[in-house]
Amino acid sequence: MTQDIDRRAFMELAGLGGVVFASALAGCSNLAAAPARDFHFVQLSDIHWGFQGPAVNPEAGHTLQRAVAAVNALPKRPDFIMFTGDLTHTTDDPVERRRRLREVKAIIADLEVKELYFMPGEHDASLDQGAAFIEFFGATHASFDHGGVHFVTVDNVSDPAARIGDEQLAWLKADLGRFGPDAPIVVFTHRPLFDLAPQWDWATRDGAQALDILMPYRHLTVFYGHIHQEHHHMTAHIAHHAATSLIFPLPAPGSQPRREPIRWDPAQPFHGLGFREVLAGAAPFPEQITEHPLQAS
Amino acid sequence: MRRRDAIARSLVGATLMATGTVATWKAHSETAANVKVISVVARKFVFLPNEIELQLGESVLLELTAPEVAMGFYAPELKLRAVIVPGTPSRVAFTPQRSGRFDFVCDVFCGDGHEGMSGHITVVG
Repeated sequence: MTQDIDRRAFMELAGLGGVVFASALAGCSNLAAAPARDFHFVQLSDIHWGFQGPAVNPEAGHTLQRAVAAVNALPKRPDFIMFTGDLTHTTDDPVERRRRLREVKAIIADLEVKELYFMPGEHDASLDQGAAFIEFFGATHASFDHGGVHFVTVDNVSDPAARIGDEQLAWLKADLGRFGPDAPIVVFTHRPLFDLAPQWDWATRDGAQALDILMPYRHLTVFYGHIHQEHHHMTAHIAHHAATSLIFPLPAPGSQPRREPIRWDPAQPFHGLGFREVLAGAAPFPEQITEHPLQAS
Repeated sequence: MRRRDAIARSLVGATLMATGTVATWKAHSETAANVKVISVVARKFVFLPNEIELQLGESVLLELTAPEVAMGFYAPELKLRAVIVPGTPSRVAFTPQRSGRFDFVCDVFCGDGHEGMSGHITVVG
C-alpha cells in the first residue's frame, strides 16, 4: 500500500493539530530499547553549492550562509544537523568538485551545532562514485544512535544508476537486525525509496528491496531530499518526508511535462527554500516536524 | 537474440535530423520480419532523436548508443529500460500495445544537464 498525503491529511491521520506537523512516529510509546529522550535535529538538503542561474536563484552565493544564520538563530539549539545530499552542484571537473566541497565545509563551520552528519546526493557523488565526497565528509552510508533512536543513512546516489546495491542492502539488513520491531528508527536517503515520479527520475532502482528490509519495523520514518520541496507519502506504515532545498524549488511530482526549476520571484525572494526541524524522542514519542522557510531579511 | 542482433546490424539509411534539442526520427530500416529498427544516440544531454513515433502493434527494436559516457534509457510507462555503455550498443525490443505519448528519460546520472535529458515515444493507431 502506498499513498501520497498532504499535510492536513497526515495530521488527521496522526490525530494531531496545530502548526507543527506530526509524523507517523507519533504513538511509538512502547519502546523495548533504551528509553528515548526529547531532542531536536535539523535536516538541511540540496544546497547545490556552485549552481549558477540568476533567473532561478540570483542569491545562490549567499543562500547557504543565510540558512546557517537561521539555524544558529533557532530558539532551541538542535542536538545535531543532518545534510541529506547535493551539498554541491555537479561538475565534470574533479578539481572544481573538490573546491565546491571545501567551500561548503568552510561555510558550515559557522554552525554553532557541531554534531553534523552528511550523506551525498547524485550531484556530489554520481560522477566519481563518491570519491571526492568521502575525502571531505566521510562514508556515504552509516548509522548511529542518539537519544534512544537509531539513525541510518542509505546511499542511493554513488551508483549513477540510482542503485543502493546488494552489498549495502545486506549491510542495512544486518544493521537493523540488531533491533526489535518496536525500536524507533529514522532512515535518511537522498532519493525517494519509492517510485514518486519515475518519469522524472525521482525513484531508487532497488528501493523496493530497501523497503522490504524496513517494513518489519513499526516505528520507522524516512527523511529524504532530491525533489526540492516538502512532500509526504506513506508506504504502508512507513512515512516518507521530502525536504525543501536551499537553492531552488522544483514543481510538484509529475505536474508538468518537464522537471524544471521554479523561477525566482522577486516579489517573494527565497520562496520555496528552507530547512526542517524535527522533534523526536520523548515518550510517548511525539515526533514533530517544523518547516522553516528562509526569510528575505 | 542473435537474430535481433543481425536485424540491428542491417540498419541502413537511418537519418537523424536535429533542430536545437529537438530531433525527429525520419527514416528507418525494416527487415523481412517487419521489425522497425530505430537508432537512438544518447549524448550529453540529449537523445537523438528525442521524439519517436510508432504504430500500434508494430515490432520495434531500439538500438541505443552512448558515445561519451554511460547513459540510461527509461520509459517507465512502457516498462522499457536499458543502461547504455560507450562502445556497446544496447538493444530494446518491444511491440507497443497501447496508443499514447510516453516519456523516456536518462536514468543514469551523467552530469549537469542530466535532469533535462528526456524524450517521448508517441504510439498512434
